[in-house]
Amino acid sequence: MARSVTTRRKIVYTVLAWGVGLLIFFPILWTILTSFKTEADAIAAPPKFLFFHWTLENYAVVQERSDYMRHLWNSIVIAGGSTLLGTVVAVPAAWSMAFVPSRRTKDILMWMLSTKMLPAVGVLYPIYLMFIQLGLLDTRTGLVIVMMLINLPIIIWMLFTYFREIPGEILEAARMDGATLRAEILYVLTPMALPGIASTILLNVILAWNEAFWTLNLTAANAGPLTAFIASYSSPEGLFFAKLSAASVMAFAPILVLGWFSQKQLVRGLTFGAVK
Amino acid sequence: MATQHSRAAARLMMAPAVILLLGWMLVPLILTLYFSFKRYLPLRGDSLGKGLDWVGFQNYARFVTSSSFWPSIQVTLIIVGGVLVVTVLLGTLLAVLLDQPMWGTGIVRILVISPFFVMPTVSGLVWKNMFMDSTNGLFAHLWRAFGAAPVDWVSQQSLFSIILIVSWEWLPFATLILLTAIQSLDSEQLEAAEMDGAPALKRFWFIVIPHLSRAITIVILIQTIFLLSIFAEIYVTTAGAFGTKTLTYLIFQRVLESQNVGLGSAGGVYAIILANIVAIFLMRIVGKNLDA
Repeated sequence: MARSVTTRRKIVYTVLAWGVGLLIFFPILWTILTSFKTEADAIAAPPKFLFFHWTLENYAVVQERSDYMRHLWNSIVIAGGSTLLGTVVAVPAAWSMAFVPSRRTKDILMWMLSTKMLPAVGVLYPIYLMFIQLGLLDTRTGLVIVMMLINLPIIIWMLFTYFREIPGEILEAARMDGATLRAEILYVLTPMALPGIASTILLNVILAWNEAFWTLNLTAANAGPLTAFIASYSSPEGLFFAKLSAASVMAFAPILVLGWFSQKQLVRGLTFGAVK
Repeated sequence: MATQHSRAAARLMMAPAVILLLGWMLVPLILTLYFSFKRYLPLRGDSLGKGLDWVGFQNYARFVTSSSFWPSIQVTLIIVGGVLVVTVLLGTLLAVLLDQPMWGTGIVRILVISPFFVMPTVSGLVWKNMFMDSTNGLFAHLWRAFGAAPVDWVSQQSLFSIILIVSWEWLPFATLILLTAIQSLDSEQLEAAEMDGAPALKRFWFIVIPHLSRAITIVILIQTIFLLSIFAEIYVTTAGAFGTKTLTYLIFQRVLESQNVGLGSAGGVYAIILANIVAIFLMRIVGKNLDA
């Protein structure tokens, strides 16, 4: 008796949750479907859901006409480069704050967090001006630097919360056994910290990939990543739904898949460890 | 325990990060403050090299008295408030739902969080064109199917459209954090309440909601900070037209489009102050957590 009630309940919850889930996912699904349509099918009334002429033509057209590869490469360099550079700077900092904390560690962490709260638009012109002066406007180097700096606080915070979970006793034991600082970091800490470092890198690649204030304002044709490439579709000519969809799918597909693997880290990274 | 030696090493390891962030924060901030007290119109030949005229608080006064200032504050508050209400309410309901026993939880979670990973320019354009377009959008098809006249959402219901798009992007974030918080709830407490005969609604109101209050506060604060500076969603949909000019967008237009750097910088200082008011509350919560 009790069991049949729970099964019925489970069915209700399952149907409800799947319904809501599909509704939320629908715009993405619709974009994916439309990307395989001809432009005529894309605007057909009533809309065609599955029974249309499937084609890969849009992908080819987008690729050819708009230099997709260059923007993809820009995205990869900017997101990947800024994250790696940020991690190299952040690992030692987070390590020292987690394992050799001083009275000021907390203040430093809070201050780092506060730099993240600075609204970008408030410092838009100074950055823009500096970019012009230094010849960084519309270059990948410039974007890598800015993206590294805006994500650095998140990287340090995430690493700090991961490092803090490593029990100090293990380090002491290693020290008692005569391990040098170098050996301690290389053979004891690194293997234990690796999963945390990997998650941090993953989340920050995603954040940098999708960042759309600095990438729109500091790049043009040359160094524009996919965010800027997609924005060029905001003043369209003629029929373009299918091509817009194909371009969109190519922009979000890689990161969407990465994102699915980063659910847990997302919570930790974006709440600065306040919710785990 | 920590030796003098290791302390020195620690300070050295922290130095690059601290110096970089200090520079990143101070240099642009000081320049913005400096520009905000100057007359600086690059298109009319003003330049740093020739020296800029000091105008005192004139830019600050002009920014606040311009006809677009109060509307922009209003628009900002409506968008931020609207998105917060939608995401926190739906996020709480959705988190409770996802916490129930069901088949395929993993897949449902993936479906629900996906919008968060779609870049803002894509979300903006996909919604604007494929859903909200008055001739070919899905909403137009739907409206016609029910015999109603299609709406040109982006121009006629501009604020609603922006709130819808941004809520869609941020609902996953709220849901995921609230779900994480719900899962840390001690189920024995709920079971005890159930045994004592407390109805589901009461259990939700008196046990789940109080338990979630901290997580909800965090969601509200973090989202507010991000929402105050939404940009791309407006840039690709209305470009600030149809009454969707937020404070962020207004400053962007002053600085880069009309190139009135002094005026825009004064606006920037206002935006920084606004964001800091929210940030103080968030930092307090995060800081408390650090002590624990």
